[in-house]
Amino acid sequence: MADWPLYEVFVRSKHGLNHKHVGSVHAADAEMAMENARDLYTRRSEGVSIWVVPSSAITASSPDEKEILFDPSDDKVYRHASFYKLPDEVGHM
Amino acid sequence: MYAQLVETGAKRVKSLEEMSPEEREFQLKIDAETKIEAKNWMPEGYRKTLIRQISQHAHSEVVGMLPEGNWVTRAPTLKRKLQLMAKIQDEAGHGLYLYSAMETLGADRDEEIDKLHEGKVKYSSIFNYPTLNWADMGTVGWLVDGAAIVNQVVLQRTSYGPYSRAMIRICKEESFHQRQGYQILLDLMREGTEEQKQMVQDSINRFWWPSLMMFGPSDDQSPNSQQSMAWKIKRKSNDELRQMFIDQTVPQLEFLGCTAPDPDLKWNEERGHYDFGEIDWQEFYDVLKGNGPCNKERIETRKNAIDGGAWVREAARAYAEKQQQKQQNAA
Repeated sequence: MADWPLYEVFVRSKHGLNHKHVGSVHAADAEMAMENARDLYTRRSEGVSIWVVPSSAITASSPDEKEILFDPSDDKVYRHASFYKLPDEVGHM
Repeated sequence: MYAQLVETGAKRVKSLEEMSPEEREFQLKIDAETKIEAKNWMPEGYRKTLIRQISQHAHSEVVGMLPEGNWVTRAPTLKRKLQLMAKIQDEAGHGLYLYSAMETLGADRDEEIDKLHEGKVKYSSIFNYPTLNWADMGTVGWLVDGAAIVNQVVLQRTSYGPYSRAMIRICKEESFHQRQGYQILLDLMREGTEEQKQMVQDSINRFWWPSLMMFGPSDDQSPNSQQSMAWKIKRKSNDELRQMFIDQTVPQLEFLGCTAPDPDLKWNEERGHYDFGEIDWQEFYDVLKGNGPCNKERIETRKNAIDGGAWVREAARAYAEKQQQKQQNAA
């Protein structure tokens, strides 16, 4: 199995939603990865569409970079609607 | 439990003061219920314990297909046959979810399967008992999957993200297993002949104690539990889980109109739990060591499946290479 590459599997659970990562499968090629993913992750109508992507093709952020990448947005509360207080008289905006 | 006696390598749990800064940060994350993900730093012991537990769990799912496979061709109706095949396919799926989770820790699937075949790692003791009659398909679904659910529901909150997510998926599918098992027994008890009813009781008599053993040794004989609980790999102790299982199962047993082979089983008003007799631990350790009724046969069957399928895997790879070559030539 180790000599078969690993594919990450993404499933769109219903129309209008985005594909979501559900797990991985080993397969000799993309076609087989698709078949395996279908058998493994959609036995109970869990999806309407599947993506399989070679795991090696994914670039992931490193946990060490978490602060560098994500902390800067923590102090930018003005990017959220809730930062702007409006008088009740204005009503819903 | 599908994982019994998982070694942690720790003699005792370290206090926060004794830990290295990394270990402390890790433990604080666990204490705050933050899930650990594959790329996060983790102590080697945590990684190894998880690999042991998840691989044991995965092997159990895969070997667990065999006692049921025994009855696919002998199911009494087409409906029962389809249900049984769907359940077995789920178990293959559960094994694969778990192997995937295990691989995120850097373990190699083939190596772990080799270890199983060499007898170096375990799978649940329960699958070393034979399935002798059709009622066993009912009892296995009801008691064995029932015991697994009690354990797995708690494991949905385990500290390692990929394991936790696999458990959530598995739990969604398991309740079908337990219900179909109970329904097999219920039909036999309600509409069956006297002989069929006896078959149900015989089946329960054989599977009752082995099902209780699934939760592993009692807490005072479970030296690894403390570390596993501190790391929140395990969330409840073996005895707690076993008691939960018994408390929920006895009313179902009574509803069937059957009995358990335990004269000490009775409701304890004061404790608010059922009391039960002493488990035959000698039998538990014997089966776990490889001396159960079916240990040899199970491993033999698994080995044959892997060896017999080697040519298919080779052919698939050769085909994939050929296709790739073709595409490259065309480009």
